[in-house]
Amino acid sequence: MDGTTPARPIAPELRAEIGDLYAEYADTLDCGEYERWPELFTERCFYAVIPRENHERGLPLATVRCESRAMLKDRVHAIRETQMYVPRWFRHVIAAPRLLAHVDGVVTTRTNYAVFETQPDQLTRVLNVGRYEDEIVRDEGRLRFRRKICVFDSILVPTSIVLPI
Amino acid sequence: MDGNTAAPAAAPAARTPWKAGDFSHVPYWIYRDQDIYAREQARIFAGPNWNYVALESEVPNPGDFKRSFVGDKPVIVTRGADGAINVLANRCAHRGVQLCQEHLGNAKEFVCPYHQWTYDLQGKLIGIPFRRGHKGNGGMPGDFDLGANGLPKLEVAVRHGVIFASFDRAVPSFEDFLGAKMLGYFDRVFDGRPLKVLGYSRQRIPSNWKLMMENIKDPYHASLLHVFLVTFGLFRMDQKSAVQMDDTGRHAVLVNRKGEQAANEATQEMRAFKADMKLADPTLLQPQREFPGDATVVMQTLWPNLIVQQQSNTLAMRQMVPRGPEAHDLLWTFFGYADDPPEMTERRLRQANLMGPAGFVSMDDSEVMMISQQGLDPYPDATAVIEMGGRDTVDADHTITEVALRAFYAHYRQVMEI
Repeated sequence: MDGTTPARPIAPELRAEIGDLYAEYADTLDCGEYERWPELFTERCFYAVIPRENHERGLPLATVRCESRAMLKDRVHAIRETQMYVPRWFRHVIAAPRLLAHVDGVVTTRTNYAVFETQPDQLTRVLNVGRYEDEIVRDEGRLRFRRKICVFDSILVPTSIVLPI
Repeated sequence: MDGNTAAPAAAPAARTPWKAGDFSHVPYWIYRDQDIYAREQARIFAGPNWNYVALESEVPNPGDFKRSFVGDKPVIVTRGADGAINVLANRCAHRGVQLCQEHLGNAKEFVCPYHQWTYDLQGKLIGIPFRRGHKGNGGMPGDFDLGANGLPKLEVAVRHGVIFASFDRAVPSFEDFLGAKMLGYFDRVFDGRPLKVLGYSRQRIPSNWKLMMENIKDPYHASLLHVFLVTFGLFRMDQKSAVQMDDTGRHAVLVNRKGEQAANEATQEMRAFKADMKLADPTLLQPQREFPGDATVVMQTLWPNLIVQQQSNTLAMRQMVPRGPEAHDLLWTFFGYADDPPEMTERRLRQANLMGPAGFVSMDDSEVMMISQQGLDPYPDATAVIEMGGRDTVDADHTITEVALRAFYAHYRQVMEI
């Protein structure tokens, strides 16, 4: 997948729309609008947060694994209702996406990200750093992720990952 | 083994004394004092105990190696050319450099990057550049003995694919160390079938390692803290259960049987029970029975550094690596069996959502451990109360008890002489 030439040139409008999707992704999460997060995915989607060491060795175990939009909703329900965690803020900083391919209506991207975490009585720290390996499609008139794999370099996780990456 | 163990037995002078024979109160200084930490490293982790280091399936071929830890000491687990497992200190005999930096790999030999001292897979020193000097200059003394300068080798025990190591030559056999009862539970998961690693998860938790050990010896919290366990009946106090220890109290198991999501007299006291909670995607929790007997969850704590997790179909080794008195790393190795059909592997991967640093269940625990340490750390002379279920240290056929913590501290105090 490295250095793939787009099978079809990506129109500037589409490129801008993809940029908007990532901006919306970060802003939605960092504003705490978790209920809107699953809406950025197609109904049949795959979302995983996976340590880079597993990914590179072909080991399938993920830290978070959602096999449908419904599973994303279960994660949101857990954040809101069932998990015990110290309150905190996340801040996603997402780089400009590299567009790798555009084939049969699917845009494949690779995008660096960093998530900072701020807890009470603590200095802000880097929680999670990695890259998104995504597939984006048009669905119900807007762009959505049909697949998003968060491959993280920071494999020694500081305490917990309580909110979406 | 290194002289630390001969230190006199006493609480630090300025600390609240720990009353002799009291296992139902624990002073908070044991979770944060540096001298306690050093004593634990010497007496417990470097003592005559079997520390979990790896699974055999991580090093299947000659030359395969894995970096691991015994207490806070880095070690290398290797499979030699003869197929046997070796566990070596990850420390060059020359100047102490940590030789091996890769988590997993394959090598013919280990070469220290600093001065290229070279060791074979058994840790034997096989080469030193300029050992004889150059044109009559330098070189090691004529009586320098390669054989006496290898990597320190640990004792090794392998049972049904699981590798343990000990710095102490006087360690008993692994089977005697576990005792018949704990060995029975161990063999329930490790029945001799080849294992297959599904992946790793690593966390640094800002709490003393003993809080992690306590957490998996404490079934009382499970019915209160964990909405997922309680609501879906994965572990709950009104279900048939048991807490059992070995004769010393250092190892334990928590056993439970899956129940229903139905309100009853017991669930009234559980705020975590949500009678109307439904998963939007129920495929997350569709466990399949796979072990003999009716237990659906067995969490085994093996002194001093291992938790064996069997919750429904999610299996993992959780290895504890102390990182100073106020932190530990929790290294998770999720696994299945080599002969698992694909749908069982999928089930294990899906249920892994319960566990690890983002787990529906385990996240609650890592967060609690962090705030436990934050709460107790400034109060070293206060004490914890561990009286649920009484003050004794005998097996229980229910989970409304902290008995396994008391048994743990009975043994801990004996080993630590505090």
